Amino acid sequence: MAAPEASMSLANADTPVSVLAALRRRPLFLICVGIVAAFALLALVVPFLPVDPAVLNPLRRLRAPSMLEPFGTDHVGRSVLARTLWGTQISLGVGLAVAALTTLAGVSIGLLAGYIRALDMVLMRVMDAVMAVPAILLAIALVALIGAGPVVIVVAISMPEIPRMARTVRAGVLVLRELAFVEAATICGGRLSTILLRHILPSVAGPVLVQATYVFAAAMILEAILSFLGAGTPPDVASWGNMMAEGRQYLEIAPWILVFPAIALTILVLAINVIGDELRDMLDPESAR
Amino acid sequence: MLGYVAVRLLSAIPVLGIVAVFVFFLLTMIPGDPAQVIAGDFASPEQVQQIRAALQLDRPLAERFVAWALRLASGDFGKSLFSGIPVAQLVGQRIEPTLMLATMTVCIAVAIAVPLGLVAAYKPGGWVARASMTVAVLGFSLPVFIVAYLLVYPFALGLRWFPVQGYVPLSQGLWACLHSLTLPALALSLLYIALIARVTRAAVLEVLREDYVRTAHAKGLAERRVLVRHVLRNAAVPVVTVVGIGFAALLGGVVVTETIFSIPGLGRLTADSILRRDYPVVQALILLFSTVYVVVNLGVDLIYAAIDPRIRY
Repeated sequence: MAAPEASMSLANADTPVSVLAALRRRPLFLICVGIVAAFALLALVVPFLPVDPAVLNPLRRLRAPSMLEPFGTDHVGRSVLARTLWGTQISLGVGLAVAALTTLAGVSIGLLAGYIRALDMVLMRVMDAVMAVPAILLAIALVALIGAGPVVIVVAISMPEIPRMARTVRAGVLVLRELAFVEAATICGGRLSTILLRHILPSVAGPVLVQATYVFAAAMILEAILSFLGAGTPPDVASWGNMMAEGRQYLEIAPWILVFPAIALTILVLAINVIGDELRDMLDPESAR
Repeated sequence: MLGYVAVRLLSAIPVLGIVAVFVFFLLTMIPGDPAQVIAGDFASPEQVQQIRAALQLDRPLAERFVAWALRLASGDFGKSLFSGIPVAQLVGQRIEPTLMLATMTVCIAVAIAVPLGLVAAYKPGGWVARASMTVAVLGFSLPVFIVAYLLVYPFALGLRWFPVQGYVPLSQGLWACLHSLTLPALALSLLYIALIARVTRAAVLEVLREDYVRTAHAKGLAERRVLVRHVLRNAAVPVVTVVGIGFAALLGGVVVTETIFSIPGLGRLTADSILRRDYPVVQALILLFSTVYVVVNLGVDLIYAAIDPRIRY
């Protein structure tokens, strides 16, 4: 969805000591890293926990949260707790895959467009066109037409995020290509790939990291929205979006079906967005203030 | 000025052209026989054949594209596969609710976000600053449908101030129409508020350090006058820019919001058509949404000159 655009600054890497000092001054950052780590750990261990997201228990349908079922049960008697725990895997998995794909594609396009003048016009016009199609629309159209497999979902969510990443990288490259060290590398006869990957890429890594964090968060929201609209993860999969879509029909009598995945999603996305903001402020003290 | 408008209009053409090509080739991305997929699992062979004929799938790709583009240029968007109604007519019927919803959302978002961002920058440590930055990060972290339920639960189910869903057309009175759109517009505006407030704050912080602000203060202007005339006006360009860029997110949000609140607008039509694989309608809607986005951003470019007299085209 609409991830904020990472601001462009090419701050130098700090020494390890000052990084530690900076971290100590940012408790919020550490708290949020802790939250995300906890979710990630849950996603990893959930297959080994005695929770099954698919076990139906028609006798215990729509039960309110209790000692036995802390999150209650849904309309076919499945444990909302078990499904929420398993949903962590889907959300984090989609977020991670989308962030990786967006970074790979966006960085490649941004590097090429920024450095090779001839490609700039073409690539950036295509990026403009992709940006002109609303993200949700583009994603549901792709998923609905091609079919809801994991790969299609990840590609569909990545597509609208790629232009922003490409623009962030391109903006950095346009500044860097005029700098002496890049010029020196070119004069020394450095190969194009060496110049782009060895000399330019490390300097845009900061903004790319920040942007990737925002994409991570936005991807999880978009995945939930897709499932919610019925164009996402197949309905039998315990994803948070699917749970909320099902819970929607029982909102008045069994709000817990929708509430618990909603809370989980909100906390996780919030934590990741805060990490993004904090990273941006750390990497770019100018914009922090 | 006119020359600039012409250049900008021309530069919008390749972008929309690429969108059109993309929209066309969406159909070719369908694995297998598109006619069969569009018709669904329960279609008779005749129905499949009908769709194949309607989409001219038996013709070569290039020929189809040229024919399609020519028809598009003459304003013929084809007929809905689902209802047989011409797409233009179908879309025309649905414009009003979406136009009202989008307008109301933009108004709410600007009215809330700009003052919020302004005060957040002006009093950095204050509670408004903290509240507005919390709203900003929440806006990016809450899916629009969760925001919708957070509003529906207390204000529609609890207090019953607003309807849970539905739309009252403009013909039944402006007030009734706006009343029926209040919750959807509020839900939709949160992300927009977050975007605008964030940029307003950053832009105002930038301007506050300028010499002319100090001069304005020094010559004894009232605080309010300095903020509105000197600070806000100079910070307006990035703010207006983000209003334009955020329009894509708004149009996407419309699809979700209209579905949740059962508003018979373009967003609802989009979601329904995609799920029904009503291909001509989807094509037309994606093109329409993209055109609106491009035109809004063109308008934003032209507003620059009105805000900032230094910008000359």
